[in-house]
Amino acid sequence: MLRAKTNFVYQAQRTLGNIDVFGIYDRLEKENIMLSFKGYLSEELLNSILAIIEEKMTHFNAEAKTKKRVYNVLVECLQNLYHHSMADGEKKEQSIIVMIVHHAEGYSVITGNMISTQDVENLQTHIRQINSMDPEQLKELYRQVLNNGSYSSKGGGGLGIIDIARRSGEKLDYGFVPVDEFNSFFSLNVKIPK
Amino acid sequence: MNMESIKVEGTPKTPEIALDGNAGTLLISGRSIPENSVEFYAKVLSWLDAYSETPCPKTILDVKLEYFNTSSSKCLLDVFKRLEGLKKGGADVHIRWFYEEDDEDMLEAGEDYDSIIDLDFEMCVMEEQ
Repeated sequence: MLRAKTNFVYQAQRTLGNIDVFGIYDRLEKENIMLSFKGYLSEELLNSILAIIEEKMTHFNAEAKTKKRVYNVLVECLQNLYHHSMADGEKKEQSIIVMIVHHAEGYSVITGNMISTQDVENLQTHIRQINSMDPEQLKELYRQVLNNGSYSSKGGGGLGIIDIARRSGEKLDYGFVPVDEFNSFFSLNVKIPK
Repeated sequence: MNMESIKVEGTPKTPEIALDGNAGTLLISGRSIPENSVEFYAKVLSWLDAYSETPCPKTILDVKLEYFNTSSSKCLLDVFKRLEGLKKGGADVHIRWFYEEDDEDMLEAGEDYDSIIDLDFEMCVMEEQ
């Protein structure tokens, strides 16, 4: 319903302090972002994000299979971020970013976090290897790592990204940004087609 | 045989566990997506170690998972390896892997285990709840 025009004239104000509130809202809206969070990822928050997305997706007209894939990918992505921020046994309380996007072609789970610059090469090699594989090769790699891989005390251990790639069925989109002498920002976009 | 039975209620992140040592029926059902699966499955594995000493002639494990994370996948493999050991010891062991009809990912996950473990996995479609 359109409201009648009012004669009241006001000054447009989109920026409060240094923050362009309308700009941020407009970007999130135009990019079809269902949920966006930036900050420290606690276990409680991780649980809340999973619950929110699961609830939101019940209202979407997508196949059960697709919804399950989104949920599975989100679990792996969030737990990767969570374990990474707990590395060395102590909480680093580092801030991360996670966004879940719902667009015409499907869903995207986008994450970003700081990693040590000396880990960039290994991670890049790992993802390039995964991206070079077809579904049958990914299945073989998964089985091989599951059966022979060494595992961290938390379980997992190298299976996460392979599992994500299998469920996505698309190439992993990723990037690195140098931040300072020791740290780089790693971003990952996992697409789940409808 | 006087094997203690274990029953653990399911939670949004951990599965229901029911291990009946007298009947030889084992169940893992629900969601298995904890941050630390090793901790959760430790009691299942130690129960299986004790059960393996005096197993029932026939053991049936039903796996009815809606979701599981990669942290759980190695723990599940450890469970199946214990049962594989039982079979090598001469016991009759049967695993039923349940999946929802349209959930080809869960079916494929069962096939992953079937390819690694020397036990027959019976793939069963879950009844609508």
